[in-house]
Amino acid sequence: MTELIDALATALKAGLGFQAVLFALLAIGINLQFGYTGLLNFGQIAFAMLGGYGIAISVAQWGLSFWWGVLIGIGAAVVLALLLGLPTLRLRADYLAIATIAAAEGLRLTFRSVSATPVTNATRGLSGFNDEFVALAPWDTGRRYELLGSRWSGAELWVTLVGWVLVALACLLVWALVRSPWGRVIKSIREDEDAVRALGKNVYVYKMQSLVLGGVFGALGGMIYALGTASATPDQYQNANTFLAYAALILGGAARVLGPVIGAILLYFIIQFADTGLRTLISNGVIPEALLSATDVAQIRFVIIGLGLMLLLIFRPQGIFGDRREVMLDAR
Amino acid sequence: MPADPAAHGAHAARPDESPVARPTAESAAGRPPQRVAQAALKDLPWEIGVAKPDPVVVVDGVSRSFGGLTAVSVDHLEVQRGGITGLIGPNGAGKTTLFNLLTGFDQPDTGTWSFNGRSLGKLSPHQVARLGVVRTFQLTKALSRLTVLQNMLLGAQGQKGEGFFRALVPGIWRAQERANTEKAMDLLTRFKLDAKKDDFAGTLSGGQRKLLEMARALMSDPEVVMLDEPMAGVNPALTQSLLGHVKDLREQGMTVIFVEHDMDVVRDISDWVVVMAAGKIIAEGPPESISQNRAVVDAYLGAHHDAPLTVEEEDRVLAEAEASIAREERPGSDVLSSDGPHQERTER
Repeated sequence: MTELIDALATALKAGLGFQAVLFALLAIGINLQFGYTGLLNFGQIAFAMLGGYGIAISVAQWGLSFWWGVLIGIGAAVVLALLLGLPTLRLRADYLAIATIAAAEGLRLTFRSVSATPVTNATRGLSGFNDEFVALAPWDTGRRYELLGSRWSGAELWVTLVGWVLVALACLLVWALVRSPWGRVIKSIREDEDAVRALGKNVYVYKMQSLVLGGVFGALGGMIYALGTASATPDQYQNANTFLAYAALILGGAARVLGPVIGAILLYFIIQFADTGLRTLISNGVIPEALLSATDVAQIRFVIIGLGLMLLLIFRPQGIFGDRREVMLDAR
Repeated sequence: MPADPAAHGAHAARPDESPVARPTAESAAGRPPQRVAQAALKDLPWEIGVAKPDPVVVVDGVSRSFGGLTAVSVDHLEVQRGGITGLIGPNGAGKTTLFNLLTGFDQPDTGTWSFNGRSLGKLSPHQVARLGVVRTFQLTKALSRLTVLQNMLLGAQGQKGEGFFRALVPGIWRAQERANTEKAMDLLTRFKLDAKKDDFAGTLSGGQRKLLEMARALMSDPEVVMLDEPMAGVNPALTQSLLGHVKDLREQGMTVIFVEHDMDVVRDISDWVVVMAAGKIIAEGPPESISQNRAVVDAYLGAHHDAPLTVEEEDRVLAEAEASIAREERPGSDVLSSDGPHQERTER
């Protein structure tokens, strides 16, 4: 029983930790792009990587202050969004999807290439860039704190808190935008962009705004993640994370302001709970070693997530927050 | 077939019996505006490319080809301001392509066209729409997962809240939004969609979507309304109501250009009819002139296999074809003769 409670506490920590913040911010960006505007961004993790590396390179390599790093990270994300959007947003939706997925892989491979070593330190990555940020914490970051049944280091707690504040601000911004006439235009673009053009709206500009803002949310997520892990290596930013963020979005409900946040928390909670829970059951002998060994758990938990998502789509296709009537209209 | 005086007469008598109250400014103007356009067009010769007294849209030498196929090749076309111009022709005649060209959805290979004397050559669709030329689509584009009212509000022009930063300050756009909502509700009431204002547009029937699309286009206070097959797939009862709405547009001083297959509809509401076939304009004139036109009979009625034929319609088409055959005292042109033998066989 105590093991189960421990597993729950570990899962809770994961669901509220800075990794969940990363996924929440990635998913908020995707929600704006995909959920509201209908843009398929399959390379959201690239924006996070630029955010994380924006701070890492500025501080660790160039010796700039932390705040410059934040600005550079956001600026890089904006530039990437413009570069991806300029040629593809006039075309059909699939072109953006292809361009973003290629950009995400291409950027990661560039960052880990040997020739990029002077800037990104290649596969070994960068570290020691979060001191200035951690020093901003109003509490002693040297000691550990007991919270919700798990131990958090002071620095971790500070990163996580700032992360959730950012998530809240991002949600507030999205909420304010989607209830305005601007939001009405992007939702209409999702439905049928030619109709919106025929009514005198410059569809291209709206799509670009949505792509850029969503990318900036992704960059903020990457910054929190880099600050939380206190390091930046290219392989932290595998594109699989983009699809996990999509899973979080669908779990929570697309085109809902809080959908991606709740989705990210739940997804991370479930992943961690399945992991610790299964390991506990194996070590207790409840699950015989012959059936499932501890080394397989890392893979099996994603199988469980996949099954769960399938059941979700069968019985509640709108996600947790979505509007079933709205989703069923698609079936026509 | 001779001119149809009945349809013409019903049309002229229309303004008094129109069920919808319209702004007093227009009705106080004495002569209903529709007659202005009609009177202006009355004495024009029935020839292709004829100059109109007060053209709002002028097309010059526009051509567009897709690979080897010339979809549109129009030498000269003028559209009278304040009138209803019907654009007819068999499938593949280039009507919709011409619409796309005029509204910036497609770019022509050659030629120029202008709206109110302003060239529309290099404008994109939203710029054309902002100038006051608004269109609807053949396949209705209701925005399914928006409510009917949101669909309407999208149509309003010059919205302050549609800018990214201004959207964040509701104080800037609240008042305008209220005014637009009022206007939208007025229009929805006119189109009898007011009870559905909070329903998703995707739940509307096909005919209601057509109504919604037309109402949405009117939210922008357009000068020229281009309707691509407004009656396609609409049941007969709703067709009458849609026809009434189209006539209302003219009475409010708008210019209407519409594509339609149903000849009865075209005869009923058009002031002027332009006939296209294989990308070219083959005839233009008042509706009563069209059914007398040889080229039209050959190209359009002879190949009239694209509209859903009812038994009555089929009989009518047959009668028309036979009448024209009798008049010419020989079977029609190539197009007609391909259908001719079959029709005669079924008749006898």
